[in-house]
Amino acid sequence: MRIGSAKETYAQDGALFDSRTQWALLGVLGLALLVFPFVASQYWLYLACLVAINVASATGLNILTGYTGQVSLGQAAFMGVGAYAVAILEKQLGTPVLLNLLGAGGAAMLVGLVVGIPSLRVKGLYLAIATIAASFILHFVFANWTRVTGGTAGLNVPPAKIFGLALDTEFRLYWLVVPITVLMLAGAANLFRTRIGRAFVAIRDRDISAEVLGIPLLRYKLLSFGLSSFYAGVAGGLWAYFFRSVTPESFPLLMSIFFLAAIIVGGMGSILGGILGAVFMTLIPEVLKLVVGWLPNANEAMVLLAPVRTIVFGVLIVGFLIFEPHGLAEIWRRIRRFFHLWPFRS
Amino acid sequence: MMDFDWLMLFEISLAGLGSGGLYALAGLAFVLIYKATKVVNLAIGEMLMMGAYFFFAAASTMGWPIWLGIVAAVIGSGILGAVIERLLIRPMLGEAPISVFMITVGLSSILVGLVELIWGADQLRLPDFMPSDPVLLGEAMVSPKIFYGFLAAAVLIAGVLLVFRFWRGGVALRATACDQAAAYSMGIDVPRVFSMTWMVAAMVAAIAGIIVGSISSLSPTMGVFGLSVLVVVIVGGLDSVPGALIGGLLVGLVESWTGTYLGGEFKLLATFSLLVLILMVRPYGLFGTHEIERL
Repeated sequence: MRIGSAKETYAQDGALFDSRTQWALLGVLGLALLVFPFVASQYWLYLACLVAINVASATGLNILTGYTGQVSLGQAAFMGVGAYAVAILEKQLGTPVLLNLLGAGGAAMLVGLVVGIPSLRVKGLYLAIATIAASFILHFVFANWTRVTGGTAGLNVPPAKIFGLALDTEFRLYWLVVPITVLMLAGAANLFRTRIGRAFVAIRDRDISAEVLGIPLLRYKLLSFGLSSFYAGVAGGLWAYFFRSVTPESFPLLMSIFFLAAIIVGGMGSILGGILGAVFMTLIPEVLKLVVGWLPNANEAMVLLAPVRTIVFGVLIVGFLIFEPHGLAEIWRRIRRFFHLWPFRS
Repeated sequence: MMDFDWLMLFEISLAGLGSGGLYALAGLAFVLIYKATKVVNLAIGEMLMMGAYFFFAAASTMGWPIWLGIVAAVIGSGILGAVIERLLIRPMLGEAPISVFMITVGLSSILVGLVELIWGADQLRLPDFMPSDPVLLGEAMVSPKIFYGFLAAAVLIAGVLLVFRFWRGGVALRATACDQAAAYSMGIDVPRVFSMTWMVAAMVAAIAGIIVGSISSLSPTMGVFGLSVLVVVIVGGLDSVPGALIGGLLVGLVESWTGTYLGGEFKLLATFSLLVLILMVRPYGLFGTHEIERL
């Protein structure tokens, strides 16, 4: 039961976590993340890294789509920019890992700013379609700028090295991927306690009103695009270190739809939603694989796995939009509300 | 540039206009839905694909005669359109346009998955039903499939336009598109108009799909055609029928020219560059209505 969370200062009111229980739970979660790699099998570590990368990218998209209301179907392409940036920096210059990741974020951010320019002139669906166009144009650049991107064959990425230690196993990569993702999540969560984040929300709710209130639309929309693609770029850089090979086909339009689906399923405009959605959507195919594995004639059923996955993917998007438009985050909130006064009122 | 091959340019342009006719037809299906229900249907390519697969099932698998296969495919698609409208679009009435858009994204994923589940991911060939003698227009030679495809598309477009001009249901649709509340108060059953629009659009898309499928081949990736259709309607203006027709021809021409002179990989690039250009210059398309936003 949760009682007596009275606030005495504005700082308390704006705090991310307002009760000791929440801090305690957060500590438990952090501890679990620390212990996890020592107890989990390699497969689960692989999944954990993949989930963390997707969480980072989905959070970036959530900043743009969930909080600023600018629908983008270019997230995968921005990730691609980041991945290529890391591959090129690592191969050509051999700069340190963290610098490469920052470079990846920066490169994606620049591309994102360019793509964001039409956002003042077009909005809503038109913008979504403009970002589809951008993602195809980027794909074309990846596939045909052979001198830099290696054409359709793509680039191989050497393993990330920190203090001479090559991060070539899932166990070692975990210590790179997860802390960065946690850092990015903390950044995103805090962003919406600042003036900039509030301006984003105002733009989402009604952009003309926001402009009347004195928020320069172009600057803030571009900022949102830049931040979102920075997240995508860093996630793409991690992706490059994780899969160690980058090709133009690694970042299809379907992947952008995946991220959009993740924040819809998780809950738009909520950091928790982005996390839950990305975790859920990444794990669903694995769960399906598991379920199909239990079937009596598993080998034949495996053939059907790909189409079934596509269908489940679509059904999840449609189902959540129709029945639970606020996503998993809302379900979570409902569960919590139930327990707030639990033994006394249900 | 003395010996520039004008005849070749002419032939390529004709081929481009031919495939542009198909874009126009699919664009028409898109615009119908948008005008009546204000839904941006990203699944238009997948609806084409479903029509083509229904035709395949009827004419190839069941061995029905071609004409019966076409009729069956069109009716099947019509039913599918009605089901989609009833199950997915109707519950979203009044929601944000972007949510409905995402519904169609989910729908396209479901349709692709279904097709792969039932027919497999491999390419299939539709039975040939168009004459195969090359067609000569003056000196220029046109591939028969594209020529007859264009002819069929043109006839169908004319037919649909006439129907919507003179048929009672067509008038109801135009009234709904014009002003929903007024249409309601004049006694028009707006939900029925919605469901009818989706049916008709799915039927039109099915025919476009059958033609596209028989020009190239049939596969679950056929939905990519829908991306070009999206460009067509954006270029023409989402709510403009003449816009869809002219946009279709324009995109067909651009794709055909770039495909020949620059190489196949430039096709999508050219289409989407055209899209970006149009969005920057005229965000509401060549013929679309410029909506004024009020607080």
